[in-house]
Amino acid sequence: MSSSIEALVNKEYAYGFVTDVESDTIPVGLTEDTVRLISAKKNEPQWLLDWRLKAFRRWQSMTEPHWSNVSYPPIDYQAQTYYSAPKSVKPLQSLADVDPELLKTYEKLGISLTEQKRLNGIAVDAIFDSVSVGTTMKTELEKVGVIFCSFGEAVQHHPELVQKYLGSVVPYSDNFFAALNSAVFSDGSFVYVPKGVKCPLELSTYFRINAANTGQFERTLIVADEGASVSYLEGCTAPKRDENQLHAAVVEIIALDRSSVKYSTVQNWYAGDKNGVGGIYNFVTKRGKAMTDAKISWTQVETGSAITWKYPSVILQGDNSVGEFYSVAVVNGMQQADTGTKMIHIGRNTKSTIISKGISAGKGQNSYRGQVKVLPKAEGARNYTQCDSMLIGNACGAHTFPYIEIANNTATLEHEASTSKIGEDQIFYCKARGLNAEHAISLIVAGFCKEVFKELPMEFALEAQQLLGISLEGSVG
Amino acid sequence: MLTITNLHASAGSKEILKGISLTVKAGEVHAIMGPNGSGKSTLAQVIAGHPGYDVTSGSIEYEGQDLLELDAEERAQQGVFLAFQYPVEIPGVTNAYFLRAAYNEIRKAHGEEEADPIEFLDIMEEKLKLVEMDASMMQRSVNAGFSGGEKKRNEILQMAVLAPKLAVLDETDSGLDIDALRIVAEGVNKLKRPTNATIVVTHYQRLLNYIIPDHVHVLAGGKIVKSGGKELAHELEAKGYDWLLEPAGV
Ligand SMILES: Nc1ncnc2c1ncn2[C@@H]1O[C@H](COP(=O)(O)OP(=O)(O)OP(=O)(O)O)[C@@H](O)[C@H]1O
Ligand SMILES: [Mg+2]
Repeated sequence: MSSSIEALVNKEYAYGFVTDVESDTIPVGLTEDTVRLISAKKNEPQWLLDWRLKAFRRWQSMTEPHWSNVSYPPIDYQAQTYYSAPKSVKPLQSLADVDPELLKTYEKLGISLTEQKRLNGIAVDAIFDSVSVGTTMKTELEKVGVIFCSFGEAVQHHPELVQKYLGSVVPYSDNFFAALNSAVFSDGSFVYVPKGVKCPLELSTYFRINAANTGQFERTLIVADEGASVSYLEGCTAPKRDENQLHAAVVEIIALDRSSVKYSTVQNWYAGDKNGVGGIYNFVTKRGKAMTDAKISWTQVETGSAITWKYPSVILQGDNSVGEFYSVAVVNGMQQADTGTKMIHIGRNTKSTIISKGISAGKGQNSYRGQVKVLPKAEGARNYTQCDSMLIGNACGAHTFPYIEIANNTATLEHEASTSKIGEDQIFYCKARGLNAEHAISLIVAGFCKEVFKELPMEFALEAQQLLGISLEGSVG
Repeated sequence: MLTITNLHASAGSKEILKGISLTVKAGEVHAIMGPNGSGKSTLAQVIAGHPGYDVTSGSIEYEGQDLLELDAEERAQQGVFLAFQYPVEIPGVTNAYFLRAAYNEIRKAHGEEEADPIEFLDIMEEKLKLVEMDASMMQRSVNAGFSGGEKKRNEILQMAVLAPKLAVLDETDSGLDIDALRIVAEGVNKLKRPTNATIVVTHYQRLLNYIIPDHVHVLAGGKIVKSGGKELAHELEAKGYDWLLEPAGV
């Protein structure tokens, strides 16, 4: 269409650089010894090693699931490295000791870990490959009793909390990728908000994969005690590499009575090039359990990864508990996403809302897969599902796979779905008002995603919108 | 301002415009009339730069430059405005946001500072009055769920805010009630300057009672088959188009 669009097609992924740090990387391959080695490196207590080993043995007996609507060549789990950490990161170091090279990396990603330039009101835990580089604003949080630290640190300082909740929502036996993660997870974030405390800061974790041929297997555990509330955001990027890299994370949320947890994700892992070479394989298990009167809300903006396999879910265990899932998933180039949610209604008067916006461009394939399950005792359960797809161009695809199981006839379910095509007409209308094609598309798409964006913490809504614009650049021409 | 010479344009393999020549000078109002399907909207879209039409021969010169060399957005930035016959809906994007984005693109193209939302509010308020539109319309999604008349009025609001040099109004009067017609026409008249020009595409003489054209052209079968002064519109109202079609070989 125009040379400016052509230039944009070839635009680089802005986060594709590699940081040159010396790393402590264990040999490729996965055996019981690998699991022991990771656990030893992290100086873990015996119970945790035992748990990992149980997970590992279970994993060995499982097969990789292939029911999702994505295809990829077989993954050789023995050709991966399961632990890599910059040598300069000392266990439980303070921020003042962070390697300047790593600080620079995060600066380049737009995240400042140094005191002066931090975003107001946001505490950050920065995870680089297999370890946490540091966590900001810790003292501010400690004043109100909020624990926000790396998972490794939590194991050392708060073992009773970790032991109590680890695997309580996503057991190691849950699925193939969760079992793998349970065996080899290296780091991640841990959050505990005590009874009645409203966390005064936005918490966020920034995941960065740097090392080649290394998988990232982080584990996040968030516990909101009775009446507590917290908002948490995760961001992810990785260098451009020609090999696919594996990311298999587990996130568990425990929302005790009357608490509320809002979990937002802006996922921008490297997506591979336009021919489908390289990119992250993103196999993630995220689940929360909401007790009486508690609320868990997932918001995700998924723009990266070659493959996304992810279903943030809520077990509505307690009466009157609320589960929400707001999702924008974008595929462009050769990306494939199979994402959605599960809402399991167990308690009475439980309520769930699902808003899914799938955008497909290039040769991307986007699938929404959602399950709403109402168990026999869930009197008065309610679900509202809205599932909208937008297509840009003719070579992409959008698919929806809703599953509904109802065992209580007092349940009310509403389902709405739509598929639209970004029209030449819409783009021309914008152009006739002076907007170029990229601006037009990002505007039209932002409008399409509005209901989801408004759920993001304000600081990130704009970022997400821009990100969306970038991932769709060059999709029309 | 605008010189169209022997313009041929087609959509796919179908030729729609078959040799149009038209000269519009600054300060003038031209009316284009003609039967359904004669190519009026196509001409308007080709002027605005719709990529769905191929110009197979002929030229369009605008303000001393080759208009056909410019992308649609560049044309808009340089003062060409098309009020759509069928304005397009953009769900989820507020009218205010859209209009400010457009306004700022045009300012940027002129090397001017962008207006922030507060400044823009002032600009908009004044223009809303001009077309007697309620401010609440600005918080609704662009054209989504607007009535036919509201959509047309919204086009004129955009025109008022963007202050084009050359405005092409494609059947902006269709679907308007009497009051709206008057408001829209008055809006157009108030925006008239010696330095800008307007082309109105219409089926109805009544609009031309409000917006007095300097020239009236009849488009039929992709050609201009007759041109005249404002009295031609009255003649068409009385006699229809048939008497023009046959001699023109349409
Ligand atoms: N994109 C297109 N593809 C194929 N045919 C087209 C296309 N656009 C217009 N046409 C045809 O060209 C002819 C002229 O259409 P156009 O919309 O310009 O007419 P018009 O004079 O504006 O008519 P009306 O008074 O009904 O608005 C019609 O026969 C129409 O069907
Ligand atoms: Mg028309």
